[in-house]
Amino acid sequence: MSIDTETAARVAKLARIQVAPAELPALASEFNAILGFIEQLGELDVDAVEPMTSVTPMRLKRREDVVTDGDQQAKVLANAPDAREGFFAVPKVVE
Amino acid sequence: MTDLNKLTIAEARDALRKGDTTSVALTQACLTAIEGADALGAFVHKTPEIALERAAAADARLQEGDAPDMCGIPVGIKDLFCTEGVASQAGSKILEGFRPEYESTVSGQLRDAGAVMLGKLNMDEFAMGSSNETSVYGNAVNPWRAGNSEAALTPGGSSGGSASAVAADLCLAATGTDTGGSIRQPAAFTGIVGLKPTYGRCSRWGIVAFASSLDQAGPMTKTVRDAAIMGAAMMGHDARDSTSADRPVPDFEAMLTGDIRGKVIGIPKEYRMEGMPEEIEALWHQGAEMLRDAGAELRDISLPHTKYALPAYYVVAPAEASSNLARYDGVRFGYRADMAQGDGITEMYEKTRAQGFGAEVKRRVMIGTYVLSAGFYDAYYNRARKVRALIKRDFEDVFNAGVDSILTPATPSAAFELGKDVADPVEMYLNDVFTVTVNLAGLPGVAVPAGLDKAGLPLGLQLIGRPWEEGDLLNTAYALEEAAGFVAKPAKWW
Repeated sequence: MSIDTETAARVAKLARIQVAPAELPALASEFNAILGFIEQLGELDVDAVEPMTSVTPMRLKRREDVVTDGDQQAKVLANAPDAREGFFAVPKVVE
Repeated sequence: MTDLNKLTIAEARDALRKGDTTSVALTQACLTAIEGADALGAFVHKTPEIALERAAAADARLQEGDAPDMCGIPVGIKDLFCTEGVASQAGSKILEGFRPEYESTVSGQLRDAGAVMLGKLNMDEFAMGSSNETSVYGNAVNPWRAGNSEAALTPGGSSGGSASAVAADLCLAATGTDTGGSIRQPAAFTGIVGLKPTYGRCSRWGIVAFASSLDQAGPMTKTVRDAAIMGAAMMGHDARDSTSADRPVPDFEAMLTGDIRGKVIGIPKEYRMEGMPEEIEALWHQGAEMLRDAGAELRDISLPHTKYALPAYYVVAPAEASSNLARYDGVRFGYRADMAQGDGITEMYEKTRAQGFGAEVKRRVMIGTYVLSAGFYDAYYNRARKVRALIKRDFEDVFNAGVDSILTPATPSAAFELGKDVADPVEMYLNDVFTVTVNLAGLPGVAVPAGLDKAGLPLGLQLIGRPWEEGDLLNTAYALEEAAGFVAKPAKWW
């Protein structure tokens, strides 16, 4: 599997990371080096193996479906780059 | 008492109990050492006011005679842990200015036990790296140097600041985190002890997430005894982490008898790597002999899927990272890029993440995005999860056959030079070849300093234990530590 600059651009877009067009060939070549390394996994027959979901067999604990926390608006907003009138502020989303 | 910063946790605890010293005196000794050690790049956010305040409170608590083991002990905290009101950046520009309104469970447990936080420690950005060179703060430097060379060496990574600080006696101990070897590899590179507990032992709540199914916090200390003391203080069930184990934490220190007679130590043939320095091979052999001399039985074992651990890791870890790091979008915390006229929210995300993340983090987020994308999910991600199941089964098979713990080298080399040109990212990944299997299988592992190479650099051995049996694992590590008698310290140049 070889990644071309078009695929690299698509992945960057999916990851929401801006990459200048001039940097795409180098990025694609790095991806290819890493994916080439990963290809080894294809050597194994894994048809009968269940994919691991939890490294430690455990039942996740359940709790009552009730509110246990909240009313911390000031703390939640304290680290925002732009917070106004009790909200996170972002550029216009809908035209 | 002189050189209080050079004490172990156990020594300091006993001196505090006897009234031979105070936490304020210990803390001041460490703060002085830190002030003179900027060349090591270990402490990136210093908190002397908090430290002295907590030290005074610890002294009061000690006076009352109701103090836990960690009370009054000055420690460093890896930058990955959220600490209330104190910068917590995970070594990244994207968390510039972030001051959490809360404390991570692990650092909170240490704080509540009376431990004194000296400041935050350098690390690879988002814990992605093996040399501490991906940090936004610049490199952490190893206090050890090779022979008469003045070349700066890596302390390893990602917990490089923690390792450097402990090895240079800037603190009595430090917290680390380990996703693929990030506690054990830097511990081995700096001649200290590093314990990665069983997955689920330490709560992940409040620790900046890298790969949630692999991440585990643990202690980085001067001795195995200290790892037992501090490890116990860091562990325990936490309802805020759904994968936290609801199991009692034993008194690990009480289990350090040094008696390992009858224990079966596995020696896995797959860890004999092509091109591994002879000194490491020899040290491994010596370590095995030491354990046999202490009464253990050595057994040759096979972990057949070992060679697939790194490739599986480099699918699973980036996949989880791409998901975990999606939260850094310039909206809720940290850095937001300046925007141009007409930029919308997509440009804000893309510019913020392009400017806020470093090269290695971007690389891994994009690889993770790729292996999870439609059409590749089965070929890469699901296949890697299946291989992970096989790697775990390898360990289960040998443990079921009666092996108590497994001895391996900790790293394929001693500490290497900072700035070494690494054109191929895969070459850097090979640092974790002996440690990454343990994360994939969720097992406890400990790096113990065992000797010096011919340049005078420390080398470590790794012991891998059964799940939840850190006590037994630490006792074997203690026997190895006793037999190896590693006492060397780096000569002070900083």
